[in-house]
Amino acid sequence: MEQLTTIGLNHYLTISAFLLGFGLFAVMTRKNAIVVLMGVELILNAANINFLAFSKYNGGMEGVMFALFVIVIAAAEAAIALAIVINIYKIFKSVDVSSIDTLKE
Amino acid sequence: MSNTTYTVIFYLFAAITVCSAAFVVFTRNVIYSAFSLLFTFFGAAALYVFLSADFIAVTQVVVYVGGILVLLLFGVMFTNSIMQAGQKSEVLHIIPGILLLFGMIGAMLYTFYTTHGWMPSETPLQGSIVERIGFETMSRYVLPFEMVSILLLAALIGAAFLARFDKSGK
Repeated sequence: MEQLTTIGLNHYLTISAFLLGFGLFAVMTRKNAIVVLMGVELILNAANINFLAFSKYNGGMEGVMFALFVIVIAAAEAAIALAIVINIYKIFKSVDVSSIDTLKE
Repeated sequence: MSNTTYTVIFYLFAAITVCSAAFVVFTRNVIYSAFSLLFTFFGAAALYVFLSADFIAVTQVVVYVGGILVLLLFGVMFTNSIMQAGQKSEVLHIIPGILLLFGMIGAMLYTFYTTHGWMPSETPLQGSIVERIGFETMSRYVLPFEMVSILLLAALIGAAFLARFDKSGK
């Protein structure tokens, strides 16, 4: 009970493990490219929660700064990925990632 | 704030984050996933406040909710016809996916809870860290800060170039 009521590092790590698992599941099983991108965002959020949790309980600023840079990179990634998805839609008329197999024989 | 209130509020936000993340993944409707992602981002921002990273929480709301989520919604609405009801997104590899989901979560939780070696610092982060972020950005992290600004500029120009409406073509 003491474990459950005093919020510690393990609570944040648990939440982040769940987010990472769901993100991986979305990336692996969904056909729609937009939902795959949402899975990637979930994974990045899980990483950010880990960074901030370790940073808080370590007392240093390294994790906080890294989380800030992760957010910037995520913004860049989302912009580029959406542009690519829109181009794919223009060419293939669908965003189904399993039907984009022109390079396959 | 008393300890019980703190704990209850923490569990509330943790439940919001995890349940809406599960809904993002398990619902078949793309629009529902996008709107459920909103709650995940807000819940994560609340957790950042609990981790005394208030500046990161505000950045999360501004960048993720204001930027990335709107971009994703634009993507959804560009690439699906909203009017046709019940547009589903197909799934593939469902069995390996579920195995990976439970394997990953189980393995990580097992590792976290059987590790007895967490040694929290005597001086965890307390209160607001905005001032310290300012100092760190302008001293130790000034080179990554400049690099990331150039990267962001290049990425946004590249995205606008890639997604532009091509008038001359076809």
